[in-house]
Amino acid sequence: MRFGVLQFPGSCDERDAIAACGRVGEAEMIWHESTDLSGVDAVVVPGGFSYGDYLRVGAIARFAPAMEAVTRFAADGGPVLGICNGFQVLCEAGLLPGALLPNEGRKFLCRQVDLEVVSADSVWLGATEPGQTLSIPVKHANGRWFAPDQTVDALEEAGQIALRYAAGQNPNGSTRDIAGVTNEAGNVMGLMPHPEHAVDAALTGSADGLEIFRSPALATA
Amino acid sequence: MKARVLIRPKEGILDPQGKAVERALPALGFEGIDNVRVGRLVELEADDPAHLESLCEKLLANPLIEDFEIEEIEA
Repeated sequence: MRFGVLQFPGSCDERDAIAACGRVGEAEMIWHESTDLSGVDAVVVPGGFSYGDYLRVGAIARFAPAMEAVTRFAADGGPVLGICNGFQVLCEAGLLPGALLPNEGRKFLCRQVDLEVVSADSVWLGATEPGQTLSIPVKHANGRWFAPDQTVDALEEAGQIALRYAAGQNPNGSTRDIAGVTNEAGNVMGLMPHPEHAVDAALTGSADGLEIFRSPALATA
Repeated sequence: MKARVLIRPKEGILDPQGKAVERALPALGFEGIDNVRVGRLVELEADDPAHLESLCEKLLANPLIEDFEIEEIEA
């Protein structure tokens, strides 16, 4: 499994994402001006502050040449994972439902949270079971996932709610404690928490993030 | 033409920035101010105003969470 990790001006978690992908496969960096995804089996859109988060988080990055390639890759069923800013970019690009708003409490948050796997049907959670808890850190100022009620009802019905914050741990006021969602086909997933920062128990106390990076290889096996 | 685009959080969506401003006001002696909402103002010059609406929907605003108004300020 070869991962391609996008890098925008203002990305800051792409190196951790490369290191995390490197634990389960191979990984290469893809500059935002490149449209070449040949040889890549899965794409990670990493965290950070792409294009300075100007205008609105993720709003400008979605127009990057690399995102055109990612949109085609996703339409062909290729696995795409958006982490934090990457989640915001995928929502802005229309590859995932909803939008990310400023945290309810206005503060930038950086803390370890427990996530509950709601649906393990997607390409990115195949290594997990519904109900399983993953301990993964969040670090964001704009992590309040929002979608209108009828949209959320439909997503729940369709199994597109992938991850929730564990009871009492919603850090940002997101709708129905939702931490991560998938597209209809289940090959694109976005989440605010950072699985790439939870791949080495000795370093950060949890390696639960590896479950996510391990999953796409299981789906193609 | 010169235009002004006013973008604001949709009705019913919590605006933490507006809330923060609202809470700060009594401390400065301003009483009786409610429902403060903070948005964005974009000024621009367009050769062809026909594209403005779609430009707002695609980039300047996210219609899922924001409303926008286009105001022509100079032909």
